[in-house]
Amino acid sequence: MRFLFKTNYRQDVRLFKHNGQRFWYSLLLAGVLLAPLLMDEFYLGELALVYIYAIAGIGLMLLVGYTGLVSLGHAAFLAIGAYAHTWFLAHGWPFPLALLKASLITALVGAIVGLPAMRMTGIYLAIATLAFAVIVEQVIVHWESVTGGFRGMPVPQAQFLGLDLSGSMAFYFLCLFVLLVCLLLALNILRSPTGRAMTAVRDSEISAQSMGIHLARTKSISFAISAGFTGLAGGLLAHKMGYLAPDAFTILISIQLLLMVVVGGLGSLHGVIYGAIFIGLLPQGIALMRDYLPPAVSQIPGLEPGIFGLIMVLFLIYEPLGIYGRWLKIRQFFELFPLYRKSTHKRQKSYLRTERMR
Amino acid sequence: MEVLQLLISGISQGCVYGLIALGFVLIYKATEMVNFAQGDMMMLGAFIAYTFINILGFPFIWGLLATIAAMAVVGVLIERVILRPMIGEPPFAVLMITIGLGFILRAVAGAIWGNDPKSITSPLAGGVVRFGNVAVGYENIAIIVGTILLCLALYLFFRFTRLGVAMQAASQNQLAAYYCGIPVKRVFSIIWALSAAIAATAGVLVAPITLIDPLMGFVGIKAFAAAIVGGFGSLQGAMAGGLLIGIVEQFAGLYLPTGFSDTSAYVILLLMLFVRPEGIFATMQKKKV
Repeated sequence: MRFLFKTNYRQDVRLFKHNGQRFWYSLLLAGVLLAPLLMDEFYLGELALVYIYAIAGIGLMLLVGYTGLVSLGHAAFLAIGAYAHTWFLAHGWPFPLALLKASLITALVGAIVGLPAMRMTGIYLAIATLAFAVIVEQVIVHWESVTGGFRGMPVPQAQFLGLDLSGSMAFYFLCLFVLLVCLLLALNILRSPTGRAMTAVRDSEISAQSMGIHLARTKSISFAISAGFTGLAGGLLAHKMGYLAPDAFTILISIQLLLMVVVGGLGSLHGVIYGAIFIGLLPQGIALMRDYLPPAVSQIPGLEPGIFGLIMVLFLIYEPLGIYGRWLKIRQFFELFPLYRKSTHKRQKSYLRTERMR
Repeated sequence: MEVLQLLISGISQGCVYGLIALGFVLIYKATEMVNFAQGDMMMLGAFIAYTFINILGFPFIWGLLATIAAMAVVGVLIERVILRPMIGEPPFAVLMITIGLGFILRAVAGAIWGNDPKSITSPLAGGVVRFGNVAVGYENIAIIVGTILLCLALYLFFRFTRLGVAMQAASQNQLAAYYCGIPVKRVFSIIWALSAAIAATAGVLVAPITLIDPLMGFVGIKAFAAAIVGGFGSLQGAMAGGLLIGIVEQFAGLYLPTGFSDTSAYVILLLMLFVRPEGIFATMQKKKV
């Protein structure tokens, strides 16, 4: 077991806490950089999709895992990002600027959606974001001059400085690059005063408020940042899909994103990555499984969402800390080998007192 | 006349929203949990009624009663297996788990009954009452009357029975209710049974006007909006919200451009959350430290 002796306040905010982390993360980076040499195109595409999910997941994690605000409408931000990016590309903006502007627009919309968040908590917010997502879907359907309505709109090829970014290898590196930038951004946000304020709001609004944190501003900023990341993911996703249609961004996608952060492990960026891998590979897994199941079972309509639901329920009951939480427990078991106690991770239950009176 | 006709179909549609919203509110009132799968429970209830009435050949009224009983059992099962371990967990986790539950129910219904729309043979089918120029189908009248009766029964139940009061106590403070000798866990099971039974009733009432298929539970989202517009946690609020949304939807469908009818429920919801987040019949108060 490793003991860290802290002799300096800066140690608390370092990105890498010790050399072990530095080593393993460098190894991981080398691995993902060399992946295109080892994988064929299909899996490279799937991996790029995992990265895109992870970018959206970072956004949602900042909101749900770190600020404690639940959003059932993140598919809408994904959609806004995708459509805005495509629109800018179609109107001749260079690729990076289009992506950036799409992200900024989504962040702006996020801030506006975040406004009612000042007055709402929990389910109220969840349902308000859900309502927002439904409205955005309808707007996309009916605003034909910009979005193409039901016909949808084709996504132009991604090009930058004469470089074609649409090949699977180039696109893979593009997604990887954006993901790394986003991760670094998120890490830095989280160790800045804004990020600390977000965590404080999550843990207790009242105590955060009494320490001088502006609740409304923090929540609104959190929404904006979260939407911005998700919009970025939307822009990349547009290229992955190749053709945008309104039915690609339904509530199912929002729930899939939520499932991702829950299964990965709420309140950690590691969790986002685990969750993204899980969500990205699950459809493949189900598709593989279909071959082995009797046709009566594998032909069930809605089997895939059903399995998603089942996994969500099982995780919430048996491992609310997600894959990352399970990994931490396993690691701790070996670190403390004979001394590990199960009750270390016993969940504290809090019996509810109503927020309604009368 | 057109206005009156729209109003009546709005009211009957609103009653359906209200009935589902009642199920939400009941569970929320008693357990402080939000059951996102309420619409899917309605769907399941409708399918079970279809099985009893159309496949097994029960008379309509016995089929209805059997459905209610079966759904009550399903409600208890859901509570025992899925929600019981979640007591004491954060509300967010409970919300997520009921969303997951909704997906499971949809897949199960799809697996058992298939995806083709079904309809229940109802003794009320086709009958029409005329008031002047306004024609009202028997099904719509059944929905309105059924809703009124259910609401009355629920009101009396919460107001005057020991169990009803115990449920309110459990909702206000789980621990304190437990100390007072209320078997909180059993109360939760009962409330889920009750809520599932209401969902089943809603399913049977709505089946004649909209066909049954595994996706009909999505109405639940609008009903959820209705519950919030009415003020979550108040039974009369749920009905009022349901009626408001049902009526506005009908009028928006006729007088506003396409697309507004589908979104009007959510627009009302967002407006309400901006203007008066505690709903029409407010039961929320500022949390004290």
